[in-house]
Parts: sequence; structure tokens; C-alpha cells
Amino acid sequence: MPIKLPFRPRGQSFPPDLWTKCPGCDEMLYNKQLEKSLRVCDTCGHHFRLRVDARLRQLLDHETFRERDAGLESVDPLGFVDQKPYPDRVAEARTKTGIRDAALWGTGAIGGQRVAICVMDFAFMGGSMGSVVGEKVTRAAEAALADRLPLIVVSASGGARMQEGTLALMQLAKTVAALRRLSDAGVPYVSVMTDPTTGGVFASYAALGDVNLAEPDALIAFAGARVSAGTIAETLPEGFQRAEFLFQHGFVDQVVKRADLRDTLAGLLQYLRPRPRPRAAPTGSENGTSGNGLLSRPLAAFVDVRPDPRREPERTRG
Amino acid sequence: MPPAEGGFVQPHRVDHEALREAVWARVQQARDVKRPHTLELVGMMATDVIELHGDRLFGDDPALVGGFCRIGEHRAVFVGQQKGSEVEENVRRNFGMPHAEGYRKAMRLFQLAERLGLPVVTLIDTPGAYPGAASEERGVAEAIARSIGVMAGLRTPIVCVITGEGGSGGALAIAVGDVVIALENAIYSVISPEGCASILWRAPEAAQQAAVAMRLTAGEQQALGVIDVVVGEPTEGAHAAPEETARRLGAQIVTQLDRLMRRDLDELLQERYDRFRRMGAFADSGSMVTPRPERQSLADRLRMLLGSSRGILGAEQGPLRPEAADDQDEPPLREDV
Repeated sequence: MPIKLPFRPRGQSFPPDLWTKCPGCDEMLYNKQLEKSLRVCDTCGHHFRLRVDARLRQLLDHETFRERDAGLESVDPLGFVDQKPYPDRVAEARTKTGIRDAALWGTGAIGGQRVAICVMDFAFMGGSMGSVVGEKVTRAAEAALADRLPLIVVSASGGARMQEGTLALMQLAKTVAALRRLSDAGVPYVSVMTDPTTGGVFASYAALGDVNLAEPDALIAFAGARVSAGTIAETLPEGFQRAEFLFQHGFVDQVVKRADLRDTLAGLLQYLRPRPRPRAAPTGSENGTSGNGLLSRPLAAFVDVRPDPRREPERTRG
Repeated sequence: MPPAEGGFVQPHRVDHEALREAVWARVQQARDVKRPHTLELVGMMATDVIELHGDRLFGDDPALVGGFCRIGEHRAVFVGQQKGSEVEENVRRNFGMPHAEGYRKAMRLFQLAERLGLPVVTLIDTPGAYPGAASEERGVAEAIARSIGVMAGLRTPIVCVITGEGGSGGALAIAVGDVVIALENAIYSVISPEGCASILWRAPEAAQQAAVAMRLTAGEQQALGVIDVVVGEPTEGAHAAPEETARRLGAQIVTQLDRLMRRDLDELLQERYDRFRRMGAFADSGSMVTPRPERQSLADRLRMLLGSSRGILGAEQGPLRPEAADDQDEPPLREDV
């Protein structure tokens, strides 16, 4: 039986906030140094998961981030109870993480270029996508379309949030439909996949970037190894479903070390400029074909603005 | 429905036996191998069926079929997952679990329909996309995501029908349309009950509880707004009377196509966008104030709706199956929620 010293409660003998053991090389890393290295192991290059605030600090120009829709929060549409009621799980996650749900979105600048950006946080219920995450990604895409800003989504998620049932599943359709409009309008989108990006998030917005980037060794998969093993009794080979594997198979443009991510994005953004807004709304514009028609009518920002060959003469006229 | 206490409705905390059995019976019905599958249903509902094969990139996926058919007066393109009704065929069809090439074939057919100005009818019946090595290698997730995007912007009417198992992303990949119909004993879920149980309960044997908690039955999905129309099955279920099931389903599809084919495409696409744009339940507490429970009015409303859909299931009152479902000439619409 272990002897407990009366003056030092067990568990505090080695302050856990000073050192972290690297799962890649078992090295003990001094936390302050780890933070300086952008939470990447100096010895083996293992990329630790990043919290949303650290990610935004690393990617965006100093103090340019303006969060939008910060007040969105999950509700419990199904009255879902597993071993705990869903609202309790959400409450716990909030206390643990200090954020309201698994994603934040807003606007900011990278290398002086304005972007709409949405960042996920795996610490909040495994980064699972419920209605709030889906809504934030969708709003980010809709704002990117309305303001003609490149969109960046940094994913870190285990997939759809089971506690919201098919409403979570429907977020795949909601987000992808919004991205389709972005794509049709010529507004670029960069997907950054970090460890892990799996399930419904990979099978929706994360896979669909005009440019897909991934952090080294990030797990990126449709079905995690456990799901595969459980469902079809198939063991997956070593190194399978990692960022480099996806790169080899043509689903990722570049595997980018965290230290280079910001510069890579800044470089890409020189080319990923949104196509200018059509001078006149090409569809459904009975009135007001003036140059800034879309600006003055917010709803019109969401109509299909793909060029329609039949209307070509009208489009070039204004 | 539990009574409202302190201003908002209490979640259903009691999973009583009857409810669990009723829900699980639906799951088993949805998975019944004798249930008519896509090609059988199309064969009975439509004429002049011509199947098309291959994704033009890799191969032909027997788990996802499609082609031309004439349904009522409408020439259409159909696409659906295909299970087998016997072991051998089921193995060949990979139990209705498509690989990436299946969804790429689906996209090819959707785009063909768009070019030809033909409406699309999709029949969804899959445990999910195939979660194996080959599937990952060829990018099944990318194919699903892209298929959703193709359907979201496809400039032709789309009618989707959940005929059996609507399993997760592999189902949704071909279930983005202007109207989503379900057969009465179909289920629709974000993950299989077994998968949900092993992750959240850490016990696969909790699958029945998970099935109840996810509210995956057609009636409940209609209450959530995920499904628009539920088509009643004959008394014993679709497997016992496939012809009658196909007749009812066919009539409903024709009704929907009649309606949709008259619509202006720009309006239709906007409504399709709005249909999915609305999906989800959340609260907005504005700025950074501490979250409070009374912000859950939307959740309460949905729960109230779902409470009434328990009535459809009949677990809390009355017989399991609603009367009159089997004697009607017209496919009954479940509008009592």
C-alpha cells in the first residue's frame, strides 16, 4: 500500500504542466519549449494536436482574427442519453475546453490577405460535427461567397456527432452544398487536414478543397482502423490512412510541416483570388442589374451565380 | 410524452422494453434479406429498364446500380445501392456497400441525367460505404463528398427514397434531393446501431438501446424533417408483399415527379439548398454570456414532435402498426405529426 505524505497530495509530485512525453519518440519535452516549437517535437517531428486559439495565433497575422457567431451552441434535439445525457457531455466539454463547441469561425488575414477561416478543435468532444459545427462551416462559406474572400477550413475531427443522429449527418449535405456554391462562383477554398480528420468531416468539406493540405502523419480516414476491423474484420496495413498515404494516392496536394503552414497558405493565396463578382446578377435579375446589385441585396448573394451561356450577352453588357 | 416540468420537457430517460423491441423490429425489417432491393423495386415500378455500368475511371461497382427507366409517364435515370437476396449474390454485391467507384458511377449518371434533362430517382439501401483498405485507397470519402456536391447543384429534379437501410455517409451520398421519401420500415442513421453502441456504450450488445436513442425509424426521421414522406408498407412488411410495396412506392414517386417536373429549375435548386440549409438544431445566445438551459426551446419543440412520433411506432399506445395502412388505395402519407 502506497504511503501518502500528508503535506503533498498524490499526483502533484511531478507537476504535469511542466513536461510532456512525446508519443512519437518517448522523449520528455519541456512544455515551454514545446509551445515555442508550435507543439511539434524537436526530436522526432511529432505534431501534437493544437487547440483552436493556438492554431489561429500561428496561422493569422497578429490580432487580425474577428470571431463571428460566437454564441452558437448545441442543443439536444433527440433527447439523447447513452451512458450520460448529451447535454451533460456538452457541459463537461465546455468546462474542459473553455469553448462552446468544436469549431470557431471568423475573418482574419494571412500575409496581409483577408480570408474567412474556420478552425476545429479536437479537444471538444473529439471535434465531432453536430449542428453547430456544420452551421459554422456553412456560415463561413456563405460569408466567403458574399464577401468574396478565400475560405480556409482547418479540420480536426473524429466525424459526425452521433448524439445528434441524422441531424449531424445532414451537416455533410449542408456544408457541401454551401461549398458547391462557393466553387461555382469561383471563390477558392483550402482544406487543411490535421490529426485526425475522419468520418463525416473527411467525407464532406475536408475532402473538397480546391487545394488540400495535410499536416505530417495526420490520421485521415473515412473509417478509422477500429471501425474497419469491427465491421469487416479486415486488418489495415501499417502507415495506412496517414497524410503521406493520402498524398501518394492523390488526395492531398502537399503534406506541410506546421512551421511552414502559414507561409504555404500565404503563397497559395496569391493565386487563390476569388473571381470578381459578376457585374450583373446572371439569374433572376428582373430589376437592378447595376454593378453592385449583389452587394446591396444580401439574399441575392446566395443565388446560383454560375455563368449561364444563354445569358452571356446580358452579363457582359452591364 | 413526459409532462413538462419547470417549463421545459424532460428528455426520455426511460428506455422501456416495448419501445426497444418495436424499434429493433424495424431495424430487422429494414435489413431483411427478402426485402425487395433496388433492381427488384425498379423492375416492378418501372418499364423499359436499361442498366448502365462503370465509372469510366476504375471499374464497375456491383453494389451500386443505375440506368434508365420509365416510371409512370416519366423517363428517368435511377441510381441505388444493391444488396443481394441470397448469400452468393450478396457477396457479389458486397452486401450493398459501395466502393469509391460506385459513387463515381452515380455521379456520372447524375450528370448524364442533367444533360438529357431527365429527372433522377435514387433508391437508398446500404449499411454504409465499404470501410476497407481498397475503398480508402481509392478515396471513398472524396467520392461521397463530391457526389453530395453534384446532387446539391444538379439542374434536374431529384427524388430520393430510403427503401431499407439508410446507413450514414454512404447513404447520404445519393440521398440529396428535392424530396426524400422513406418506406415505413426503413431506417436512417448517422452510424449503425452496432457502431454507435460500441463507441458510446463501449458494448456492441447495447445496439438496441443505441437504435432507440438515435431515433432512426422512418416516422421519427419525418418528425425531424429529414424525411418528407413516409410510404406505408403492406401489413406484414415489404418482404411479404413486394408487388404491393412497389405499387405504392411507384405511385408516390410519380406524384412527386409530376409536381417537380413542372417547377422552374432555379427555384427548385434554391429550395433544395434551403431544405438542407435548415437542417440542424442549435441555439444562439448572442455574445459571450454563460449558456443557460432555457435556451433550448428548439430542442423542446423537436422533442415534442418526436414524442408524438413514438405514437406512430405504437410503443407507448395502441398496436405496433397503424390501422388502415394496408387497405388503402393510395399510399398513405404519415401526416399525423
